[in-house]
Amino acid sequence: MSATAWAWLVLLFPLLGSIAIAIGYRSIPARAAGTIGTVAVALAFACGVAALANLLGEHPDARHHASSLWDYASAAGLDIELGIFVDPLSVFMVLVVTGVSALIHLYSFGYMQSDEGYHRFFSYLNFFVFSMLLLVLAGNFVLLIVGWAFVGFASYALISFWYRRTTATGAGMKAFVINVIGDIGLVLAALLIFRELGSFDYGTVFARAPEAFSVNEWTVTAICLLLMVGAFAKSAQLPLHTWLPDAMEGPTPVSALIHAATMVTAGVYLIARTHVLFELSPTAADVAAFIGLATLLVAGSIALVVTDMKRIIAYSTMSQIGYMVVGVSIGAYGAGLFHLMTHAFFKALLFMAAGSIIAAMANEQNIDKMSGFGRAMRFTSATMLTGGLALAAFPGASGFFSKDEILAYATARGGMYLIFTVLGYLGALLTAVYTFRLIFRILPGRPCEEAQELIDSGHVAHGPPRNPATGEAEDTDIGFPGAEHHIAEQSWPMKVAMGVLAFLALFGGLIQIPGVDDAITKFLDPVFVNSPLAAIRPSVAASWTGLAIGAAISLGGIGIAYWLYVLRPQTSAMLIRRLRPLYTLLVNKWYFDEAIDLLVVRPALAIGRFANRTFERLVVDGLVSGAEDAVGGAGRLVRVVQSGFVRSYALLLIGGFAGLALYFLLASQ
Amino acid sequence: MEEVLFFLAAIGALGGAIGVVAMRNPLYSVLALIVHLFSLAVLFLLLSSAFVAAAQVVVYAGAVMVLYVFVVAHVGGDQESAWEPIPGQRLLAPLLGAALFVELSIAVLGSSLLALGADGPKISPGFGDPEAIGRLLLERFLLAFEASSILLLLAAVGAVVLAGRQRGLGPDEGAGGPSERFAREEPPASGDSSPTPHRRVASEEGPPAPSQTPHRRVASEEGPPAPSPAGDPA
Amino acid sequence: MNIEWYIVLSSLLFAVGAIGILIRRSPIVILLCLELMLNAGNLALVAFSRMVGNQEGQVFALVVMVVAACEVVVGLGLIVAVFRRRLPLDVDELRELRG
Repeated sequence: MSATAWAWLVLLFPLLGSIAIAIGYRSIPARAAGTIGTVAVALAFACGVAALANLLGEHPDARHHASSLWDYASAAGLDIELGIFVDPLSVFMVLVVTGVSALIHLYSFGYMQSDEGYHRFFSYLNFFVFSMLLLVLAGNFVLLIVGWAFVGFASYALISFWYRRTTATGAGMKAFVINVIGDIGLVLAALLIFRELGSFDYGTVFARAPEAFSVNEWTVTAICLLLMVGAFAKSAQLPLHTWLPDAMEGPTPVSALIHAATMVTAGVYLIARTHVLFELSPTAADVAAFIGLATLLVAGSIALVVTDMKRIIAYSTMSQIGYMVVGVSIGAYGAGLFHLMTHAFFKALLFMAAGSIIAAMANEQNIDKMSGFGRAMRFTSATMLTGGLALAAFPGASGFFSKDEILAYATARGGMYLIFTVLGYLGALLTAVYTFRLIFRILPGRPCEEAQELIDSGHVAHGPPRNPATGEAEDTDIGFPGAEHHIAEQSWPMKVAMGVLAFLALFGGLIQIPGVDDAITKFLDPVFVNSPLAAIRPSVAASWTGLAIGAAISLGGIGIAYWLYVLRPQTSAMLIRRLRPLYTLLVNKWYFDEAIDLLVVRPALAIGRFANRTFERLVVDGLVSGAEDAVGGAGRLVRVVQSGFVRSYALLLIGGFAGLALYFLLASQ
Repeated sequence: MEEVLFFLAAIGALGGAIGVVAMRNPLYSVLALIVHLFSLAVLFLLLSSAFVAAAQVVVYAGAVMVLYVFVVAHVGGDQESAWEPIPGQRLLAPLLGAALFVELSIAVLGSSLLALGADGPKISPGFGDPEAIGRLLLERFLLAFEASSILLLLAAVGAVVLAGRQRGLGPDEGAGGPSERFAREEPPASGDSSPTPHRRVASEEGPPAPSQTPHRRVASEEGPPAPSPAGDPA
Repeated sequence: MNIEWYIVLSSLLFAVGAIGILIRRSPIVILLCLELMLNAGNLALVAFSRMVGNQEGQVFALVVMVVAACEVVVGLGLIVAVFRRRLPLDVDELRELRG
């Protein structure tokens, strides 16, 4: 079968899985729903591997295929089809998405077991995978937008999964609204592209673009800026990032899948896919790179002070995606996408481990209350440590190779881009510090109550169900988390998933060691074949120098974290006292939420209130009631004539006739 | 001679007309109209329309007026109340009537019809004879003739239906003066053949009538009416 | 005689009939006044027929007589029906059809 046929199957299986679970949600038992969901995505992964095999069997220059099922519209210059585009980039994304999703489905099989909404969860999850695959495989901008919108919806549905929690529904709405802002940017960009280049199809657009646009012409810059708006809303970069920390209200597998591995990488994919346009507008590409850099540093700084475990990991995601955005914006496409892949591995792993610990803590997420889990949950701690090492770019782990490759590329590009190298290494230092802040707080030390209970009896702690963010009391019926909590040590699906990811997080980087094997970059080369930027390759020596610096920084960061949080635990309190303004700024997330509230939300609400009170009441109601009153009044006036007296009718008749006769008599004079 | 006759007939007609309008008793109004009709017949004769004059006397004064006399005798006439519910009616009516007369006269007299001033063309002796009229009716105006006969048929049927004897009138109910204004009645049962005209809408639901008793006029204080056989002798 | 006289007489009778309709309240008398108006029209028709010189006006007058007869029949039937229902025979009392 051809690669495109496999690609259609890749799309088909998760969609069927979602529909099957949705239709049978009352009749099929829970385990069956979980199995259907997991198997559907696993089948999609298998088809993705088959497509890869197909592609590898072809000559590198021939590895791009478009295939369409039918035409939506082909008239008057429009030509929109239900078409996919299979090339190394989309197959790469398909493999990452389906592979990590399959493992997360397996994890959810165990983790969500006692939740009343089990079927709904798997249906939504499958639908999300389908939408993400649609986004990635789309062959034209219209289908991309369709997939983009579906992903936004799936994210909303999954964030507000525990829908009786008002914090969750609020977070879902926030995510959706910000995503819609991104959608607007994307749609406008697509329309501009159509206006300038006359087509929505990727092949046509990217072929015509270099001829139609001169470098830095305002149209292509506008297109790229609008694409960036879309990409940054989805990938949670400044200033459209405020939804991501709140999105941690969703269940942990959701955070692992959507907000670590897949959805938030859609923006990176978009910039990589439309690299032709970004290279035609270096201004826009530089803007994107600087925003990525800013996000990297801001998010890293916030992660140093936040105390909710999932939110630390969320900010870390934001920061790492900043790296990816920098990578694909400055031309390091292979490196940026490689970091996407390794990040998917270790971030999903970190979230899974976090989920296990939160379950052990009876849904408590504050790390100040956790300690000593190193002894209580060995498997979870091991996997968490693995993920942390990969995140902090410990030498040899996957994150080490991927992150430093981006920075090496920046150095190779030289000039202004050295800023990225320097600040990138600063960010790497921050990453190592906050990652091991998390690990050194939770794992070593005297076990807290819940950990002690695990050590003593092997039972998971139970408390009255509470909202972890606000402390409100809840129940365990549908719409809230289930009564039982599942930890990895007691659930084999969770163990298997985490184990596989731990292996990948540790050894996944070995496929792209500079100078030894550049498998990913070589694989993705045909996509970026015409790009002058992609042709810049850092020399092997420069790469290894960068790797050495990175190793030093990583170890240094781990050392700082060790000193701050293990050796001298009171240092952090003292630092908070000394640097109180800075601490306040960081704890309040650089006041972005407040700024958006002031600049956007309040004016919008004020406009709405005005529209309701004044405009609607006076103008609209006035018009409608006024018309009603006018008609009624006119009716009342006219009704006087209908008195019921025959003689008055006769009077009017004869009087009218006399009047008419008079008129005609006079007129004929 | 002709003028004298004309003026006599004209005065008769006008007097009859004013009598119709002015008399209190409807029977006197009917009699005044009969006088008016006879005068008009004389006028028709003066206009050489013999057949029309004969028809006027025989049909109009002879049949239609007799019908009126019968009805007035059956129904009787009430004294009309003096109070006028419609403001301005008593004032405006004569004014409008006068205005009408003046306008019509001006319209006719002021028109440029030359023939009006003359006596009319020379007419043959058979003008207005039954033969001439009959020939016209059956040749040129056959359609009108047939249509008017159908109209007469319709009117006859309508009259029978309207004023036909209502079934179910007991011996104590009869044509007397109205005993109670706006008397209530039950709606007829379904399956009744003759429709009820001019029925006041019953705002209450009376006791359900058995299927063979339609067209009841019941005063509200009466109990459920006894069923009576259909088709009382009129 | 001038035809004018007949026409003027006809208009006068017509006006009298109109006044009668507007003033009287008994339905029988109103029907009588209606007859007045119809006869006035007949007079005009016959006069014009004499003026023109053919008898079509007279035929028209005959048909008007037929129509008047039919209308009287139906009207009197209505009056009898109203009377049978013990409703007052007064057009000012019978006024349910109103706005």
